[in-house]
Amino acid sequence: MNEIWRMIGRRLLLGLLTLFVISVVIFGATELLPGDLARELLGQSATPETLAALREQLGLNDPAPIRYLNWLWGVLHGDFGVSMATKKPIAELVGGRLGNTLFLALYAAALSVPLSLMLGVLAALWRNSVFDRMSNALALTSISFPEFFVAYILILWLAQTGLFPSMVRITASTTFSERIYMGFLPALTLTLVVTAHMMRMTRAAIINLLASPYIEMARLKGMSPLRVVLRHAVPNALAPIINVVALNLAYLITGVVVVEVVFVYPGLGQLMVDAVTNRDIPVVQAIALIFASAYVLLNLVADVLSTITNPRLMHRR
Amino acid sequence: MTNAMFPRGMTRRGVLKGGMALTAAGLILPAGMAMAQAEPKKGGVFRVGIGHGSTTDGYDPGLWDQLYVQTFAAARHNQLIEIAADGSLVGEIAESWSSSDGANWVFKIRDGVTFHSGKPVTVDDVIASLNHHRGEASTSAVKPYFDAVTDIKADGTNLVVTLNAPNADFPYLMSDYHLPVMPGTDGKIDPTSPDGCGGYIVESYEPGVQATLKRNPDYWKSDRAHFDQIVLLTILDPAARLNALMTNEVDVIDQVDPASIGLLESRGVANILSISGNAHYVFPMDARAAPFTDNNVRLALKYAFDRQELVDKILAGHGSVSNDNPIGPANRYFFADMEAKTYDPDKAKSYLKKAGMDKLEVTLSAANAAFAGAVDAAVLMSEKAAPAGITITVDRVPDDGYWDNVWMKKPFCASYWGGRPVEDQMFTTAYQTGAAWNESFWSNAEFDKLLVAARSELDEAKRKDMYQEMQRLVSFEGSTIIPMYNNYVMALSKALATPEKVANNWNLDGFRCVERWWFA
Repeated sequence: MNEIWRMIGRRLLLGLLTLFVISVVIFGATELLPGDLARELLGQSATPETLAALREQLGLNDPAPIRYLNWLWGVLHGDFGVSMATKKPIAELVGGRLGNTLFLALYAAALSVPLSLMLGVLAALWRNSVFDRMSNALALTSISFPEFFVAYILILWLAQTGLFPSMVRITASTTFSERIYMGFLPALTLTLVVTAHMMRMTRAAIINLLASPYIEMARLKGMSPLRVVLRHAVPNALAPIINVVALNLAYLITGVVVVEVVFVYPGLGQLMVDAVTNRDIPVVQAIALIFASAYVLLNLVADVLSTITNPRLMHRR
Repeated sequence: MTNAMFPRGMTRRGVLKGGMALTAAGLILPAGMAMAQAEPKKGGVFRVGIGHGSTTDGYDPGLWDQLYVQTFAAARHNQLIEIAADGSLVGEIAESWSSSDGANWVFKIRDGVTFHSGKPVTVDDVIASLNHHRGEASTSAVKPYFDAVTDIKADGTNLVVTLNAPNADFPYLMSDYHLPVMPGTDGKIDPTSPDGCGGYIVESYEPGVQATLKRNPDYWKSDRAHFDQIVLLTILDPAARLNALMTNEVDVIDQVDPASIGLLESRGVANILSISGNAHYVFPMDARAAPFTDNNVRLALKYAFDRQELVDKILAGHGSVSNDNPIGPANRYFFADMEAKTYDPDKAKSYLKKAGMDKLEVTLSAANAAFAGAVDAAVLMSEKAAPAGITITVDRVPDDGYWDNVWMKKPFCASYWGGRPVEDQMFTTAYQTGAAWNESFWSNAEFDKLLVAARSELDEAKRKDMYQEMQRLVSFEGSTIIPMYNNYVMALSKALATPEKVANNWNLDGFRCVERWWFA
């Protein structure tokens, strides 16, 4: 067990280093963008005087490294600072949006993970059957369409007929069941987009194992095919499956801007796009760090879980 | 004819286009489309889907720049003066105003109006609200308006504004959407507070997402603000906006994509409201940079493309041809009878010859950030210019950073204007020599002289002549190609009713749909 703790500790430290590097890269990249916050806030109507006054107010006249270090110092003290554009604390700005994004990600995961695991196992079980071919073809079709196309098709079929709302309006008074109802179409869109990846990985991992001698042995003992798969194949196929599930969860958290735009879903992605177009660097940094943390943490969890499920890694000699 | 305003209920696309509209509006009403213009009814939740809005929006009036914040402001604030649907001035917080010489303006502040907080509106609040846009440290977009203001003070309960030169149109400036009356403390307003004296009180606001407001029970206008509640939603994606309207998630949407107007009408779920106003699309040429220094070159370009084609293809007919005139049909002194420029490659060639050239090569930088369809418009112009011996190379540039790196930097590019209610405002902002947003860097001594003279001219007829001469100068000697006025195109749910006249000074009934419309 100590082995595991040591691994988690090492991974966390590496993760922190990764986050630091990411923050430098993001800051550098945003510095390369033309224009600055003052310019974006005033838009076409900016005059040199108002620009100068606003820059002074926002502290944009400090050199870039100083601004970066100021920001980093704040973050190390748990203070993400205030948004330059709205003057609101970033924690407050991001908090609600992060909740919405996580809700949608979990909702989509709750639909897609069981669905794809089930389809994957069944497809492996009935390899080369009509079912296998159909589920493969459908999953690949839906992953091949761009997300917005899937979204519009769903709106056409399910929203314009009045079954589900085409946009998501979440306020403080929205109840959980309303959220489930309103969020159904975006969650379904995301489900269609990520299912293929997880399903095919599950199918491939299991089929790979079905050729091993110990499966042969189980079959020769006279076990039912389903039992062979569930008892003997799945536990050994977990490592790759866990990894691909974690990767898709991270995608669900970070990569859903397009779906957010189509369904007018107030999530983090839209906030980040706004912040980038407005050059509101502290907000961009904060969100980038959240996204990067999601990747780092989910990968860590996936590694730990796949180690635990594999006795050969747990009890190394 | 072109300044017709199109009442609700006219959904036939052909009817709405161009000049036919006025006659049609008066004579033909599609069956079953009786105009429910009776008494406005109170009640209902009014949901507006707006194609603007960002998480960086806020309550500081000096930074407002797009339809979302503008409409939101119109819902919760009053200004000194309102522009009525017919273009005339109506007192809002200012009950009346007068000036003996055009330089000293006295505004009588309306009595008995209160802010949402219950505090009465006083002249000190008005002064604080105006001063927010003055002075060195101000970041307001309308700071230039106040360059001419030497003093703002109270005289008893009246407001006195002193200008350094007479300006007959000064009350019009006070109707600008940047100038709401907000509560002041110690001579300053709080630019982070939603408190106002308008028809609705803010309940919740999440920038870039939505705002909900409830009716102000103490609102001083009894015949306005009919809805119990309003919800303003940011829906950036044009297709998502359309969907929201078609699935009855919202009651009105702005900026309907011209390409989908026909489809929307064929579904019969909404009424299209197409309002011709002063908004226009422009292609400024840098008058300081060769070859645009020569007016013959500029004229050649002005005759080398088909204006009607641009209106038909870029605006899908929801607009009208402009004669390189930034003053629109909704302005008082619009010069409608000016000699029209039509597509004429031979004429363009003859102007080139006068400039001593037999062919011309220019690069036009365009991005759709300037206006929807700017790149397509540039390509159409380039195609039409070829027979005149003019090669226009279209340089498609990125949307991001367009106003930084291209506009007023490249010698020939695309841009847009929302139009201004007052001629002086439009000319001072974009055509006067050295004006901060003089995007063509055009400089004309005669024009500048007329502009100053007209401002203080109090004789209507003479003013009209002066403004028309200025329009002629901009059109025939100016350095800006203005091919078209774009209509404000909105789609309304069938349950919604509007007054017979819908304002054309800005989109969404001059931002006042929240106050002026109701559910039939």
